[in-house]
Amino acid sequence: MSGEVHDMPFSIPREEFMEPGHTACHGCGATLAMRYVLKALGKNTVVSVPASCWAVIPGAMPNRTLDVPMVYTPFAATGASITGLRAAFDILGKEDYNVVGFAGDGGTADIGLQSLSGAMERGHNVFYIMYDNEGYMNTGVQRSGSTPYGAETTTTPVRAEKNFKHQQKKVVADLMMAQGVPYVATATVAYPEDLIRKIGNAKKIVGPKFIQVLSPCPTGWYFPTEKTVEISRMAVQSGMFPLYEYYDGKLRVTKPSRPVSIREYVSAQDRFLHLEDEDIERLQATVDQRMKTLLDKERETSGA
Amino acid sequence: MMRIPIADVSSRANHTDSWRILRPDIDYSRCIRCMICWKFCPDNAINVSESSEIKSPNERVARLEAPVIDMDYCKGCGICANECPEKCIEMSYESRGGN
Repeated sequence: MSGEVHDMPFSIPREEFMEPGHTACHGCGATLAMRYVLKALGKNTVVSVPASCWAVIPGAMPNRTLDVPMVYTPFAATGASITGLRAAFDILGKEDYNVVGFAGDGGTADIGLQSLSGAMERGHNVFYIMYDNEGYMNTGVQRSGSTPYGAETTTTPVRAEKNFKHQQKKVVADLMMAQGVPYVATATVAYPEDLIRKIGNAKKIVGPKFIQVLSPCPTGWYFPTEKTVEISRMAVQSGMFPLYEYYDGKLRVTKPSRPVSIREYVSAQDRFLHLEDEDIERLQATVDQRMKTLLDKERETSGA
Repeated sequence: MMRIPIADVSSRANHTDSWRILRPDIDYSRCIRCMICWKFCPDNAINVSESSEIKSPNERVARLEAPVIDMDYCKGCGICANECPEKCIEMSYESRGGN
């Protein structure tokens, strides 16, 4: 990585591996996630993408938008795909190439969970980046396991029956930590320096690495396109999406530096428009509980 | 030899300026060149220019590289204007001829 990362005014590497002219929606968080991940990993990288927003963002054949090879893979097979790519690179003697699975939350939390878990268990030297936009946004905003409590989607329509999603968000990074994956982290697009630093730490580990990147989606979360980064920041500051890093058996949690309430976070997005006071309080309670669990685990693993 | 489909035309061939409803304009006389707009552009439509002809608030800033928005690709999402700490990017309705 270049030494200019911390130089002002460029706080992230200048080299680009994603080109303009792609077909992502206005203010797309997932494209920012890809841009930062490739800045951190550099030229010697291969990305494997299942059915997801990122499968359509490069545009129709024969267009490409990345300056590194991108392999399309079936929805459930990202874990298997990166396993095979890694093996092929190792046979060719290209151990220095980064193999990256780049899947959405549907392709990770629901459909691709078995192949992800298998690849992580077999211990291949791969990255798995889950860009989490909290639903099947590419196909028209359907609910996924990673959609948070209270959100309206097209498969959890609110109407008179208040049929919003009543289940809690399944956090895949927590699952990966429980499985004993050597490197697990969460990050978001509002803090690219943090994301790039985390990938730098992950790179030092020979083995499976899992990073969950919250990528706000104006189209599916129903907020104005200019708010993507702001909402992403609020998700961290409200505790809705805590940032942490887990390696060497130790958990390090980033505490919110300028905390905001859950009420502030949900009122900025129309997918939570219907929530009443009691629903917001319920959400706040689960967020507080999760933060407490994480901080307890941090204390437990710090060896103090 | 088996032929496999490889997409190798850069998406730069695909201009996305027609997507734009709101157009960002940087007031360079207030821009401090922090590059936060460049950092958060999801369309990668902000380039870095070394041109010394661009206006600047003072001589120290004039020596720094400046962000220049590429209007062939900007979709007008407005993240740059929202994140700009100096609030020197203004979004206004795009006007193209013919209406």
